[in-house]
Amino acid sequence: MSDPHGHDHSHADDDWPYPHPKQPDLEDGELTEHMVMAEAVEQLLIDKGIFSADEMRRMLEQIDAKSPAEGARMVARAWLDPDFKARLLEDVNAAAKELNIDAGPIPILAIENTHALHNAIVCTLCSCYPKFLIGLPPDWYKSRNYRSRMISEPRAVLAEFGTMIADDVEVRVHDSTADLRYMILPMRPQGAEGLDEEALAALVTRDSMIGVTVIDKV
Amino acid sequence: MSRPITIGDTVRIRQAFPPGHVRTPYFIRGKTGEVIRLLSDYANPEELAYGRDGKPALPVYWVKFQQSDLWSDYAGQEQDTAVVEVMENWLETMDE
Amino acid sequence: MRRHHDMGGQAAGPVDTAERDYAPWGKRVDAIVRLMSDKKRRLIRVDELRRGIEDLGPAAYEEYNYYERWIASTTNILIEKGILGIDELGRRMEDVRARWEASK
Repeated sequence: MSDPHGHDHSHADDDWPYPHPKQPDLEDGELTEHMVMAEAVEQLLIDKGIFSADEMRRMLEQIDAKSPAEGARMVARAWLDPDFKARLLEDVNAAAKELNIDAGPIPILAIENTHALHNAIVCTLCSCYPKFLIGLPPDWYKSRNYRSRMISEPRAVLAEFGTMIADDVEVRVHDSTADLRYMILPMRPQGAEGLDEEALAALVTRDSMIGVTVIDKV
Repeated sequence: MSRPITIGDTVRIRQAFPPGHVRTPYFIRGKTGEVIRLLSDYANPEELAYGRDGKPALPVYWVKFQQSDLWSDYAGQEQDTAVVEVMENWLETMDE
Repeated sequence: MRRHHDMGGQAAGPVDTAERDYAPWGKRVDAIVRLMSDKKRRLIRVDELRRGIEDLGPAAYEEYNYYERWIASTTNILIEKGILGIDELGRRMEDVRARWEASK
């Protein structure tokens, strides 16, 4: 069993019980202090039986398996089915289960964008993000510049994403501080009538579910 | 006597600046907003962060602020708002 | 007093919207945190991790990136809790470094 980088991850290698390559992962480039620390910590925790190499492998697979696609499916279903939309707005995690999606252990709240109200999300204190549903956050979401300015000059930040919200629309920024995560339910674009769920889902981007973009092209 | 906080209440965020792990952002301390949603009770992160159980759990609310109240030089529109989740121990109700 | 991580409303530059790949080692750090905080183990809470990051101080925000802060905090907390020892950590880190050097 080997991966595309040619590293052998088989269990047959008895003197290397760890799930990462014996040779350094060349994708990581130069070795830093913290990379050394991370690898040492992982090895020690496996040695102590706190988690197994298998559990680590599976967790990495789970992390890689999550992408905006599952969130996009839920948005598309909500656009087509008003009852599902109501259930989505009530409880994202329960609504996800209907579509066989595991939205993770932390409650997620869906916030609906309308013609009168444009919502967007930031975590000014750290980088809280619905990663168990839509995958890891982009670098910019975690950046000082976004965390500092999105709450106090949202329209300027939205413009940096190419998004202009009309003067008569309320821009509302949600600062995610508690044990709750948010996803934006973007407005369905004009001209999307007649598209099926799959085609609609393909229109829904990660950035529209954070609220820094709107979906205006079909 | 304090009464329970309900949707529609005007609240002020307590003006305090302790050290340590606090989840009430600096920019709303001492500011006034409107309660627009009641969320669940949550264990207190100020305790959880130090390995304690954070009980009793406290209610958390969505508090809506007018951006023009938060930032003296706010460059957006008059109707723009910010919503922050605030735990009850950081809220003061405005008595009529 | 405003703590450094509490940055909402501070002046800052334009948002760099470029997409970047996630570094493999960063995902491993994420995986370690998820495993350590899961229902089976409950050995660390994300609240503790956040507190640990905040207590790294302002320089950590200038000098270290996101996952560097995460692993620094996680490791400190695991030491505090007695789950990892400084002695074994130091030895293992040298081991990891030596293997890397040997492979170059």
